[in-house]
Amino acid sequence: MSPDGQPETGKKRKSIKEISPIDVYKLLPRTNCAECGEANCMAFATRLVNGELLLVDCPPLHIQEFQSSREKLERLLAPPVRTVTIGTGEHAINIGGKYVLQRHDFTYHNPTPIAIDVHDLMPEAELLDRIRQIEQFAYNYIGRTLTLNAIAVRSVSGDPTKFGNAVRTITGASRYPLILCALDPEVMAAGLAEAKERRPLIYAATETNWMAMADLALSHRAPLAIFAPNDLALLRSLAKTLLACGVQDLVLDPGTFADEGFPDTIANFTAIRASACKQFDELFGFPILGVPLTVWTGAELSEDVLKWREAITASMLISRYADLLIMHSLDGWVLLPQLIWRFNIYTDPRKPVTVEAGVRTFGRPDAKSPVLMTTNYALTYFTVESDIKAANLDCYLVVVDTGGLSVESAVAGRNFTAEGIAAALKSNNVASLVTHTTLIIPGLAARLSGETEETTGWRILIGPKDSSGIPQFLRERWPPET
Amino acid sequence: MARKNPENGPSLDAEQLFALAPQLRELLKGVHQIELEQFSMEIGDLELFIPTSGVGHAAPHPTESPAPARVKPTSLIRESYFPPNAAFPGKIREVRLGATRAEGGSRSKSLTIGGATTPAYFDFGHPPRHPPVISLDVFDMPVGLPKVLKENVAEVMDDPAEWARMNVKKFGADVVTIHLMSTDPLFRDATPAAAVKTVEDILQAVDVPVIIGGCGDPKKDAEVFSAVAQMAEGERLLINSVTLDMAESKTLERVATAARDHGHVLLAFTGLDLNNAKELNRRLYEYIPPEQIVMDLTTVALGYGLEYSFTIHERARYAALMGDSELAHPTISAATNAWAAREAWMKMAPEYGARELRGPVWETINALTLLLAGVDLFLMMHPAAVLTLREIIPRLGKTGAPHADQIADWVEVRI
Repeated sequence: MSPDGQPETGKKRKSIKEISPIDVYKLLPRTNCAECGEANCMAFATRLVNGELLLVDCPPLHIQEFQSSREKLERLLAPPVRTVTIGTGEHAINIGGKYVLQRHDFTYHNPTPIAIDVHDLMPEAELLDRIRQIEQFAYNYIGRTLTLNAIAVRSVSGDPTKFGNAVRTITGASRYPLILCALDPEVMAAGLAEAKERRPLIYAATETNWMAMADLALSHRAPLAIFAPNDLALLRSLAKTLLACGVQDLVLDPGTFADEGFPDTIANFTAIRASACKQFDELFGFPILGVPLTVWTGAELSEDVLKWREAITASMLISRYADLLIMHSLDGWVLLPQLIWRFNIYTDPRKPVTVEAGVRTFGRPDAKSPVLMTTNYALTYFTVESDIKAANLDCYLVVVDTGGLSVESAVAGRNFTAEGIAAALKSNNVASLVTHTTLIIPGLAARLSGETEETTGWRILIGPKDSSGIPQFLRERWPPET
Repeated sequence: MARKNPENGPSLDAEQLFALAPQLRELLKGVHQIELEQFSMEIGDLELFIPTSGVGHAAPHPTESPAPARVKPTSLIRESYFPPNAAFPGKIREVRLGATRAEGGSRSKSLTIGGATTPAYFDFGHPPRHPPVISLDVFDMPVGLPKVLKENVAEVMDDPAEWARMNVKKFGADVVTIHLMSTDPLFRDATPAAAVKTVEDILQAVDVPVIIGGCGDPKKDAEVFSAVAQMAEGERLLINSVTLDMAESKTLERVATAARDHGHVLLAFTGLDLNNAKELNRRLYEYIPPEQIVMDLTTVALGYGLEYSFTIHERARYAALMGDSELAHPTISAATNAWAAREAWMKMAPEYGARELRGPVWETINALTLLLAGVDLFLMMHPAAVLTLREIIPRLGKTGAPHADQIADWVEVRI
């Protein structure tokens, strides 16, 4: 302990916000070779501290001559929460790698992967079917496919042979990263033997088994989770001890208590991440594992209630610093909000998720086709786009730059105004596309209609509030009565 | 305003949801507290360890020593953990909603929101000073409510007073919001006098604090709010809302002074922009004490920009706790805006589950996410969502209850 009672923090460090591009520039080759694609080393340094580029993007830095500078840069730019890789190949996942406690201080990296459990007493057909379900679950959201990410194999039997067999079945059927869950080192060894070169996460080292688990982690070059339910001192002790054993890729599980202990769980997750990001506590500088699955260990409740509880526990842990989740429920209504919320909270708050403003053409519109309008917030745009495409409409869609806000927010915040609409019509020369002067604005922008008619001289039709209503709207209202 | 009113009436099955709600009650169990353990510190044997390549040598059997060069610890190296002292210079103002007879109104009790001295649920030492509260909606005219919500209140929809009573008695609302939609010049353009009558009826029907929702038209709202403020002298209504549009329409002063003169509280609404929030508050300080201002920073639906709302609330709360007094006001969130997300109400392929569950879980997660960002008052609708918040809020205030045994064997549990 340091004299002021705070955990030891090793060395003084700068947070990512305190590192200036000059700090980085001084350590770069400074040849302005532009191999990175930037105009010069200073530009590269700026993008590097913004987290937009990585050290690997500077090829000269990786030659022998600059080794010492590179190592200094690696230390300078290392996130206070270590990045740990689980699995291999195209499905490998990175967890952790966090720089800040709060998203608005920088941005979060490595969206929380979600692992779904299987266990070693499942009949093989059931096991394979569940793996297929895990791999196939997907949702198309603003042009991205959101998916589940890993498989957690639990040893329910406590039998090394059964566990090994289950792991063999899974590795034969799937390339997804694995979390092997067994607290008995002998069982774990049997599982690891069937997952060679797959770099599974070993779950978990505890106060009693840490020595054997450390050996397994080292011999299989696999990351190791630490399980110390509601005991942060023990968690630090195990982290310290395992580091001393030479295991560097650690994952912290302070226990997920979904009912009475939930406030403690939130407090523990927060304390760990705050210690790592604010005090640079190296023993807490590892990814945190949340296990919403623990709701299934509790009281006898109906399945829907447990799923409901798992859903809300998972979502709150995604907000509160979980870097990896293990869940049980495969129900869409439980998983969908997690996948979407994870995607959202891991977007860069410094840049709204936008699409380019301008005019999009759908189908084969002619001079009499309808002209619709929406904002450049990616979600809004893709939602409208998918509805137009699904209905095979022939139309123009004017995308207005609202600074990446949705229609409703942009109207409220005055980022979507009559003047903005007029400017968009003009800059895109929309009048040249059609012979009419009727513009369909989103229903949620109805408030702008009067003023927009005055400003633009166009006739305004108020479209539906949700773009799923566009096909019907056009059937009933287009062409407009004159 | 439309933002409290999901436009696309999703068709939900009320029966299934009500079947769910009582089950959720099971979640609420007695919370018992145990003393936090004090940790004693032991220093285990640690011999000097020099890291080699970072990965060990392959060992065929775990009992064999994998790295002969390494001297590894033979017993646990004891470390301690002491929570850092999370003291912030700032504090969120406390705002009282509603007034008892002794306080100059007619409510059976008043509620105080705000008062936070740390970010929400941040550490063991600082439970929320005033737990967040929940308001349920009443509309003064038929609106496009989701079918399931409509079914819950079908028999009272034509009677706002009866609706308000049901919100309190049946669903346990701490506060009731009456949305005076009928005053909208684009709809019925009901007179301020008619709105006053509606609010009088609500105040008669329930004895909890009341929120007055306008129609969003800055001129009409000013007329209606002023008339209501005068009638409900001393009741400490929360007037939802005042905006920068009102400042532009020169109606802000009228509403703000009416609230001040008749003892009410203002909700300052801005669209996801802290500079605007500060500007509006500065304008309001000219007319009304800061203890009579609550902020609505805008709640967007999960999937439609909830992250903007989450981050704006976190930023506002941190800035306030670090000393920015222009942001040191309690906040509200219209969690019902969650229903604007099509994932909440649309029929989707079977793998995404029944919307009867997807919808309420959407509203619940919307609210819980902003609960973690520090919101003090939630406007809600769905009974299952309300019930979940009513269970979680008191629970989150009490640390020290986990039973480590309960999850110790989660790896082996048969599900």
